[in-house]
Amino acid sequence: MQLQINGCAQEASAQTLDALLRELGYSDRVATAVNEAFVPKAARANTRLTTGDRIEILAPMQGG
Amino acid sequence: MRTFYGTALETPLMLGTAQYPSPAILAEAFKASQASVATVSLRREGSGGEGQAFWDMIRDLGVRVLPNTAGCHTVKEAVTTAHMARELFDTRWIKLEVIGQTDTLQPDVFELVEAARILTEDGFQVFPYCTEDLVVAERLLGAGCEVLMPWGAPIGTGLGLSNPYGLRTIRARFPDVAMVVDAGIGLPSHAAAAMEMGFDAVLLNTAVAKAGDPVQMARAMALAAEAGAAGHAADPMPPREMAEPSTPVIGQAFLS
Repeated sequence: MQLQINGCAQEASAQTLDALLRELGYSDRVATAVNEAFVPKAARANTRLTTGDRIEILAPMQGG
Repeated sequence: MRTFYGTALETPLMLGTAQYPSPAILAEAFKASQASVATVSLRREGSGGEGQAFWDMIRDLGVRVLPNTAGCHTVKEAVTTAHMARELFDTRWIKLEVIGQTDTLQPDVFELVEAARILTEDGFQVFPYCTEDLVVAERLLGAGCEVLMPWGAPIGTGLGLSNPYGLRTIRARFPDVAMVVDAGIGLPSHAAAAMEMGFDAVLLNTAVAKAGDPVQMARAMALAAEAGAAGHAADPMPPREMAEPSTPVIGQAFLS
């Protein structure tokens, strides 16, 4: 299905957020949101994805 | 002694982690600054794992981490970002920024108060980036904040303390509240001036990261903040308009 991942359209076969992170090769140290709503780590496995979902995958970064 | 949600800091310097010429200089600058807190952020992660490498380096610094909500313009954005930061950095501390004006990056104080209320109720320990406005400060305290972070000047300007009267007033009005002057500090003298006013810490980033020699500037900021704090603790003399000789006049020879 097609998803918007960090602002870019991308095809993925994963059905859940947890599986998507594994499919894309992300480490465990990321925070996630689906359709502008925070999804805690513990809820990723039960978060089913549907076509067009907007996924944000964030990591620690420099900041002031 | 005023604390930050029960935490006493070893030094009154909070230092940002952005805009350094290299990761090695960032690490050296932190050592030279003896900063007790590092501010960090969250951004979209590529599959290359850049964020993980950055996080490993920050952990090696051995300082407390204060994640921010930089770039957020609404309550919803800021609250969602704060939740993501809490999970990612494993801390209840959040530097709450809700920007209201893109030219000055000044906070949208109305959204800020609402976001602070929501986050406090959800167990966060909020460090709100605010103005020196007393009414806003009261609202933030009413929303559950135990720390205030009034700006010195707009973020990244290095203009110093634009409204010393306002900063002195907010310091005097809330004597028991831990306060940090956040943003606008460009020179060590600005940091010293903030600490002389009785603020509990200064938070800066660009002044160090964009100096020609960030490591030397980091050390200068540490010395300045320490000097300002010591000066405040020493109870400075009140200024006066008229001159008064410091050398005794009694016993002066008559020679004219």
